[in-house]
Amino acid sequence: MNIKENIKTLVIKKPLKLDCGKTINNFPLAYETYGSLNKNKDNAILVFHALTGDQFVTGINPVTKKDGWWSYAVGPNKSIDTNKYFVICANVIGGCMGSFGPSHKNPDTNKIYGTDFPVITINDMVNAQLNLLDHFEIKKLFSVVGGSMGGMQVLQFISNYPDKASTVVPIACTSSHSAQNIAFNELGRQAIASDHNWSDGKYLSNNTLPDKGLSVARMAAHITYLSKKGLQEKFGRKLQERDALKFGFDADFQIESYLRYQGSVFVDRFDANSYLYITRAMDYFDLVKQFDGNLSNAFKKTKAKFFIISFTSDWLYPTQENKDIVIALNAIGADVGFVEIKSDKGHDSFLLDVPDFLKTLKNFLDKSYIER
Amino acid sequence: MKTEYKIIVDLIEEKTRVLDVGCDDGTLMESLKKNKNVDARGIEISKDKVQTCVSKGLTVIEGNAELDLKQFPNDSFDYVVLGQTLQAFVNPEIVIKELLRVGKKTIITIPNFGHWKVRLNLLIKGTMPITESLPNDWYNTPNIHMCTIKDFVKFSKIINFKIFKSLALTNKNISNINNSNLFYKNLFAELGIFLIEK
Repeated sequence: MNIKENIKTLVIKKPLKLDCGKTINNFPLAYETYGSLNKNKDNAILVFHALTGDQFVTGINPVTKKDGWWSYAVGPNKSIDTNKYFVICANVIGGCMGSFGPSHKNPDTNKIYGTDFPVITINDMVNAQLNLLDHFEIKKLFSVVGGSMGGMQVLQFISNYPDKASTVVPIACTSSHSAQNIAFNELGRQAIASDHNWSDGKYLSNNTLPDKGLSVARMAAHITYLSKKGLQEKFGRKLQERDALKFGFDADFQIESYLRYQGSVFVDRFDANSYLYITRAMDYFDLVKQFDGNLSNAFKKTKAKFFIISFTSDWLYPTQENKDIVIALNAIGADVGFVEIKSDKGHDSFLLDVPDFLKTLKNFLDKSYIER
Repeated sequence: MKTEYKIIVDLIEEKTRVLDVGCDDGTLMESLKKNKNVDARGIEISKDKVQTCVSKGLTVIEGNAELDLKQFPNDSFDYVVLGQTLQAFVNPEIVIKELLRVGKKTIITIPNFGHWKVRLNLLIKGTMPITESLPNDWYNTPNIHMCTIKDFVKFSKIINFKIFKSLALTNKNISNINNSNLFYKNLFAELGIFLIEK
């Protein structure tokens, strides 16, 4: 895949000390923007993407030629209205859409990093992205918004930089990755590692790709993004282009065919090692531990207005985990609103056409923008 | 705006922190923000109503007062308001104790089950009273713990809280309730409004 063209990159010269102890500098951060920055530079929203997202939030993704991952929510007159706001989104470090990641060459050895790339964290990701504010000379963002891993970045960002955003919108996320979350991520990583082509992460040098492993990882993860009810309603036991069971191991059921398709298209746009690095960053995320067991302390220094959104059928980052963030904020008298949106679409609800969600997000941002 | 809300707005001092428990569509919170410049927060159990509040720019969390008040520290609000919902809780005693803990002052309004129409309804018909303010049948009413103004005054002695102000709303007229007129107010008032402290 040719990703060089159409990608805007900021080269970050300032050294960044990573949580793992290593320091990186002169590294690329790929980003995209939508809308325009106003004169006062106070209409900017930094959107953080989830595990397999990238900087191409809306419109046609120039690399995949498909709709951006948050086209339902971001665009002219949409929830995050690009007629009104200046939207910035960066590919996370460790990613594979132009930002510094394991598919890059190590300048010291001139070899592709692979698993020699330093292990990165959610904290490292947001620290790298802070450089975008300097680049655009933005003193304070109007908002930081993100779902899933994007929501974790939102929480880490406001905790690291309490006066850098007026509003804070973590969606369908958690303050600490649960054992179940880690378990599913480990399943994905093991699927990749057990693909012979993975070759301990050196596949790019060997010119082979662990497509099978990566696609199984995606299939397993995809199930966790949907709800049982949603799956049952969409697929049930419907058969795939056949009238009867074939008594074999081809995809008899539509759900099997659907998952195989999801796996196969994913490998065209995603790097297996990036998948390992980013899932690791999610697993290491524990904002509660960062603040010695008291999540409230993560938010003590900020005056920002929080709005937290969860979904009824999300069992990956269930309402209770989102509510724990609300509770921590209420314990210190922070300005926090919360709503659980009714939806059968599981964790993926935040990416899909869920009118109550889209309307609520728009209302919160637009009202807060007027009152700022 | 409802007379009840006007009375509540009058009871609350300017620039204070207020929690509206069961804030409905946020009408009272809006009025408090506009007229008294308060920092208003709300809890509401209905998703639709939370979304309505958000569309008005209000800070509201979706939640159940019986479960979700415990997240607020002691005395974290100057006022906690509970409008006409005490009777709908499974355990009103626990809710009142929580309100008193979270708020320095608490304002509670109760639909008066001692009103003469309610009494007459039961006396003559012999069935559970259905009135304008209590429109449901006994089997589908959310109001499972009805009380009278007199009951509430007695209750203050049982669980030991202080009533600083007690007002009666009768045909949109407001009057004070005191020991000497309690019998009449309990017979004629539609609503009791109480400012209480622990």
